[in-house]
Amino acid sequence: MTDKPNDPAARRWHDMGGASAGPVPMDGHDFALWEKRVDALMVLCGSKGLLSVHGLRRVLEDMGEEAFENYSYYDRWIAAINQNLVEHGVYTLEELGTRMADVAARGGTYGEATDG
Amino acid sequence: MPHDHADHDHLSPSGHPYRADNDGPLTYWQQMEIAVRELLIEKGHITAAEIATQVNDMDSRSPANGAAVVARAWTDPEFKTRLLADAGDASREMGFDIGPLELIAVENTDEVHNLIVCTLCSCYPRNLLGLPPDWYKTRAYRSRAVREPRSVLREFGVDLPDGIRVRVHDSTADMRYIVLPARPKGTDGMDADALAALVTRDSMIGAGLARTP
Repeated sequence: MTDKPNDPAARRWHDMGGASAGPVPMDGHDFALWEKRVDALMVLCGSKGLLSVHGLRRVLEDMGEEAFENYSYYDRWIAAINQNLVEHGVYTLEELGTRMADVAARGGTYGEATDG
Repeated sequence: MPHDHADHDHLSPSGHPYRADNDGPLTYWQQMEIAVRELLIEKGHITAAEIATQVNDMDSRSPANGAAVVARAWTDPEFKTRLLADAGDASREMGFDIGPLELIAVENTDEVHNLIVCTLCSCYPRNLLGLPPDWYKTRAYRSRAVREPRSVLREFGVDLPDGIRVRVHDSTADMRYIVLPARPKGTDGMDADALAALVTRDSMIGAGLARTP
């Protein structure tokens, strides 16, 4: 990668081990159903050969630091899963776009939009 | 799916309120999750039942699984030897599905304290502990655990004497760690079930110690 592994500027944003940071935030949250489903999709798509952990990591790392700061963990995961599935030819971007519009038209909350 | 909002209390057909986390405004990413899930099902890659089973399996995995492994290691020296040799196989022996990844158990002793982290993201012994706590995935923990572990540990209420060496283990997607905490003093004669109740999630990450009875 580089001959200066200790130079923060030579590392990619996700490689944050050893950097300076403030106190560890101890607040947590219970995972929402949609987050658990994202996790389940990752595991199932992996076990069925539709994506690999390396494909997932590639997209997550390419998203950059701004995505890390602005989006939640499972926001980033579903984006990474989606990109891998499109690349793998599971569905097209057009199919995705059409379906996302259908989903949004069902209602304004996750509960309303999730089951038609 | 019935979702008649005529009642202002937002009660579901079962008479219970909708889950709070399903009641907020639909986000772009939730919209994407629904669309991706439906497309996968319609195209025959995954069934709805498989997703539900996976979510249930996830919900059923908790630190109690890891605690049972730890308590067995504390009470069965031959099992402990097998655990330290190959934590995946030893855990499978107890009926836990570890998946294809490599799992390594690291033992806390009077001389050494182990702490696990994933500096690159969030790799965690999820099959034995469930999903990682939010703090495990934060920039602060990932950055500082490898550089100033004693100071991080103090934030978790663990103040280690200078004589104890701290070893920090950085996980990867394929290779994960679990800490075998030191058995607390005053637990002679306790059986594995009673001991398991002393094993906290954080003690198996190294961010805590096992409870004393």
